[in-house]
Amino acid sequence: MKQSNFKAWLYLLPAVLFLGVFMVYPLVEVVIYSFEEGYNSASQTVFGVGGYNYSYVLHDPYFLQAVRNTFIIVIITVPVSTGLALLISVGLSSVKPLRELYQTVYFLPYVTNTLAVGLVFMILFKKTAYTDGMVNLLINFFGGESVDFIEGPYWAKMFVMCFYTVWVVLPFKILVLTSALASVDRTYYNAARVDGTSKLRIFTRITLPMISPMIFYLIITGFIGAFKAYSDEVALFGVNLNAAGMNTIVGYVYDMLYGNGGGYPSFASAAALILFAIVLTITCINLLVSRKSAR
Amino acid sequence: MDKSMSHDRIERTLRRRRVGKAAVYVFLSLWALIVLFPFYWMVLSSVKSYSAYNGEYIPSFFTLAPTLENYAEAFSAVPLMRYFTNTLIFTIATTAMMLAVTVLAAFAFSRLSFRGKNLAFTVFLSLMMIPNELVIITNFVTITDWQLRNSFLGLILPSVTSVFYIYLLKENFEQIPDELYKAAKVDGTSDFKYLVKVMIPICRPTIITITILKVIECWNSYVWPRLITDDEAYYLVSNGIQAIRESGFGRENIPAMMAAVVVISVPLIVLFLIFRKKIMDGVSRGGTKG
Repeated sequence: MKQSNFKAWLYLLPAVLFLGVFMVYPLVEVVIYSFEEGYNSASQTVFGVGGYNYSYVLHDPYFLQAVRNTFIIVIITVPVSTGLALLISVGLSSVKPLRELYQTVYFLPYVTNTLAVGLVFMILFKKTAYTDGMVNLLINFFGGESVDFIEGPYWAKMFVMCFYTVWVVLPFKILVLTSALASVDRTYYNAARVDGTSKLRIFTRITLPMISPMIFYLIITGFIGAFKAYSDEVALFGVNLNAAGMNTIVGYVYDMLYGNGGGYPSFASAAALILFAIVLTITCINLLVSRKSAR
Repeated sequence: MDKSMSHDRIERTLRRRRVGKAAVYVFLSLWALIVLFPFYWMVLSSVKSYSAYNGEYIPSFFTLAPTLENYAEAFSAVPLMRYFTNTLIFTIATTAMMLAVTVLAAFAFSRLSFRGKNLAFTVFLSLMMIPNELVIITNFVTITDWQLRNSFLGLILPSVTSVFYIYLLKENFEQIPDELYKAAKVDGTSDFKYLVKVMIPICRPTIITITILKVIECWNSYVWPRLITDDEAYYLVSNGIQAIRESGFGRENIPAMMAAVVVISVPLIVLFLIFRKKIMDGVSRGGTKG
């Protein structure tokens, strides 16, 4: 028994080592950082212990801007992407020919590099001296005025941001929902059809309840993912997100850690923990709501 | 009379159904167009010549004089090949190490019995909920302290472990019947040999899925490489693209940028078209993006 104990832990050793050094230890350390005041990475010294880092971060206008942006992104993209994914999936499962082709196309954004395609989006939306850009042409065609979506007004930038986010997250949601729809037992539909139930009623009374666990799963993971938005923003607006006024909480954390305003792991830790607290709270609320409506 | 009325009704229902079908197809095609358009646009822009691109105030939807000069420019003006090789090295090394670590751990959890197994597994599971953003700060400090900034080791080490893959593989390993293990034990096969000769071949589909997911993750990783490298010699493709965007090609040569974007996007798209079923199946079981 002793022998087999030892051998089993030997198999686990690599995983334990990696997780210990790069996950468990960092988790403890990040909490400590966040309470160490005036940490100096060069001399490894600290002034004292307290909540100053938190109060600094919470009073930093850049952080407040980042929180505002993040919340707007979350509030817009989560419902829109989930709703759109539901519509598309229902459409997909109602047709037979070409279904595979559509599914393949819809999945493409998942396997592309966010930074690379973000550059294409930037070019489509950007207004330069040479051209107003593809999207503005479309707007002009319908009689609208050209807008610079990349360096122009705040809401234009936010629109591109949300549009791109939805574009990026949709493949996963469509995939999950189409497989959920495919797994609904067909006998329910047949029974309903024999009873002469209308299509809308079948959808709201049978389909929705049957796939609601998956919808809740998508909403919960969607919230978590949207709160961590960062790479998509960089792809569209460049590394200096504060200057563009489009920073997110995660972006603020990384800027504090490294980059132009960097070198403050304590502030970064405090901001990261605030983000974690927000995400945890929202996830708990989501779970409570989903449990209540499941009953 | 009665007959013709019901015939009318059937006709009407059929027509309504056809219109509904058409509407569904229009809607689906519209989204497909929105998905595909950026890809079309990047390929199109990448084959337009520099002067042609900048001469078009209203961009045209096709080009009659496609050119490959932008691709030559992309490979010569910026170290695109270097970014490419770096990403390849990073992806292969990280994925290989992840596989070794994952297989060993999943084997211990599914096949061996030892003291503290349940506790250890619970701890592993709870680690799945830890967001990357929280641990990346300390990892940044750790790697800096180890003098591993701007090195492959620094890039790879913190990217190796994925608790979720251990969990996925452990579930799969557990489906292999006990009888096989007992038979192998009677024959005097060692645990390790059993793992390599029996368990890994049986679970190959799951292992392939994990590998592909990890490759996608590595190819697209941006945040960690950005934090840990500021020497161009160690840039991965994502960071390379960002560098090109900020300063490459004098910021104005968009066709060349698009050529670089195409070159970077193609490998994953090809991989996807080859392993379409596997990837979609794997992502629906364990994907997290979004």
